[in-house]
Amino acid sequence: MTTQTANKAQLRDTRKAVGRRSSNPGWFLVSPSVLLLLLWMIVPLGMTLYFSLIRFNLLYPGENEFVGLENFSFFLTDSGFLPGIWNTVVLVLSVLIISVVGGVLVAALLEASDFIGRGIVRVMLISPFFIMPTVGALVFKNLIFHPVSGILAALWRAFGAQPIDWLANYPLASIIIIVAWQWLPFAILLLMTAIQSQDLEQKEAARLDGAGPGAIFWHLTLPHLSRPIAVVVMIETIFLLSVFAEIFTTTNGGPGFASTNLAYLIYNQALVQFDVGMASAGGLIAVVIANIAAVILVRMIGKNLTDKG
Amino acid sequence: MATLKLKNLKKGFEGLQIIKGIDLEVLDKEFVVFVGPSGCGKSTLLRLIAGLEDVSSGHIELDGRDITEVSPAKRDLAMVFQTYALYPHMTVRKNMSFALDLAGGDKAEVQRKVDDAARILELTPLLDRKPRQLSGGQRQRVAIGRAIVRNPKIFLFDEPLSNLDAALRVQMRLELARLHQELQATMIYVTHDQVEAMTLANKVVVLNGGRIEQVGSPLELYHHPANLFVAGFLGTPKMAFLKGKVSAVDTGGCEVSLDAGLQLALPHSSAALKVGDPVTLGIRPEHLELATAGQPGLSVTADVSERLGSDTFCHVLADSGEPLTVRLRGDLNNPYGQRLQLHLGAEHCHLFDANGDAVSHALRAAA
Ligand SMILES: Nc1ncnc2c1ncn2[C@@H]1O[C@H](COP(=O)(O)OP(=O)(O)O)[C@@H](O)[C@H]1O
Ligand SMILES: [Mg+2]
Repeated sequence: MTTQTANKAQLRDTRKAVGRRSSNPGWFLVSPSVLLLLLWMIVPLGMTLYFSLIRFNLLYPGENEFVGLENFSFFLTDSGFLPGIWNTVVLVLSVLIISVVGGVLVAALLEASDFIGRGIVRVMLISPFFIMPTVGALVFKNLIFHPVSGILAALWRAFGAQPIDWLANYPLASIIIIVAWQWLPFAILLLMTAIQSQDLEQKEAARLDGAGPGAIFWHLTLPHLSRPIAVVVMIETIFLLSVFAEIFTTTNGGPGFASTNLAYLIYNQALVQFDVGMASAGGLIAVVIANIAAVILVRMIGKNLTDKG
Repeated sequence: MATLKLKNLKKGFEGLQIIKGIDLEVLDKEFVVFVGPSGCGKSTLLRLIAGLEDVSSGHIELDGRDITEVSPAKRDLAMVFQTYALYPHMTVRKNMSFALDLAGGDKAEVQRKVDDAARILELTPLLDRKPRQLSGGQRQRVAIGRAIVRNPKIFLFDEPLSNLDAALRVQMRLELARLHQELQATMIYVTHDQVEAMTLANKVVVLNGGRIEQVGSPLELYHHPANLFVAGFLGTPKMAFLKGKVSAVDTGGCEVSLDAGLQLALPHSSAALKVGDPVTLGIRPEHLELATAGQPGLSVTADVSERLGSDTFCHVLADSGEPLTVRLRGDLNNPYGQRLQLHLGAEHCHLFDANGDAVSHALRAAA
């Protein structure tokens, strides 16, 4: 094995040397795609930057004078900004916790149990992931959380209790449930595949060493899953930072700012108040926040991914 | 003290019988090797003993206690797997102390046991590494160390050397033999490699198709195989087999006429043997030699030879088409294509009846 790695390293070195010698034609050949990618990224970013520095409200066309950082200061001092940040953090963390903990438990249970129809149950568990966020949110809004037509209302009435208007009274919690319902399957899918690749003989060795199912789960299965869990956290964080459809179709960010996250706040600025300049500033702030989150994530769990297992 | 008794042990998977009734006794401090071709059920038998598989019927007794239904953790056996099965996220030290930690052993005591085992296996400098940072041989030693610290009643090994390269295999084989002496432990060792079986075992159990073909010391099995399977399985190069018919029998022996064209008086006899019975004569390479002038011999044609320096293994074909191997002097010239006359020492021949069972020497049977 060591020799193999050595060989690979050697090969890489040779390749590097070759690359250096003939670097000009290489650059020439990849330049179209590099250029395209640069344009792809630079143009929108540049436009956003530009918009964020000018006054650009669709209600007042033609008044596009340079305003410096005014848009940023307006966005940061907007009454929706702090709740938006807070709600984003709460939403992301809650869904991450629910989907990772739930995903590990469901995957482990599915792996441990053996019953007829296990395949069908697996498919059913994963299926919410393939439902459009808008559709899922509407189903939750009208058939589950609705104070008149919802299943929960019926349940409450069956016990003689007053039905609760979930989306009005617990807007953020309701949205967390909807989003978690969509992302839990993703975690289950990834973790289930990972759990199936766990070495059987390791588990048998642990059994002989006197480990019960709990100890095997804690000492072998969880460490084995650390890498897929890191992947789940990374990918879900990226998507959860920009949850929008679920909020748009259910609470519209309300009541007040109770369920407004950053993505929704930006939408609100741009398309409700027609303030493109401020929305661009918000977008850039969101990019900065996403990058901070990415750095923290890479610090925390990136080691898990690059570490050779 | 550790003795193991298997009583009419059977195991089937989905109706397919894999272990077809095993009776066996393993004595204290014995090194028992299960050997047999791939797929004959060696691993399954070992896993039954370890408790990793449930038996279909029969009983397992450890020190007189029936452990057939006891969980693997409570059997007090340790197993070394072919793939090592080390815990990848734990250091070598943690791998070795895992069982003791789980049992809630005293920290200092656990540390001492791990250090002792590490010293025996020369793992001390590696204790803080992870398994992936070790070579194959080192991983193997950690797997053995993990077994040693538990001080189990019986060590179980499932082909522990088959993932190592040839040189390391020879070295680890010696280390295992030394370990057995040092620990004075009872060991059961599974392999498909007859050399490992011959070199390591006090007692070899030859398995075939889920049944025991023969049990005995390595030399007993080598010199007195009970049937054609054992005779052909043990020994490299293989024993040669020549078909023939019994042409005369009396109490002191019999006469066999081989299809290859030789009439041979043998000291083998049994009550069941009759004139005209088809038999198979077996002879090992070291018991064949070139006939001296005038001596009656088996006419063969030399095929290729393998020259090892100390010996030459000359492959030859009898006139009946049956292949034989002859061990000759190392400095022999290549006789390819030549006609040779071979002398078969009747004393060293093995005779097998139509069922493949060995016919014993008349004298030994009488004694
Ligand atoms: N869990 C199992 N389910 C079904 N068949 C099995 C199982 N384990 C082993 N077998 C079958 O039992 C036979 C013996 O296997 P094994 O004991 O591993 O042989 P070996 O002597 O090579 O170690 C093989 O034919 C194998 O296919
Ligand atoms: Mg096997």
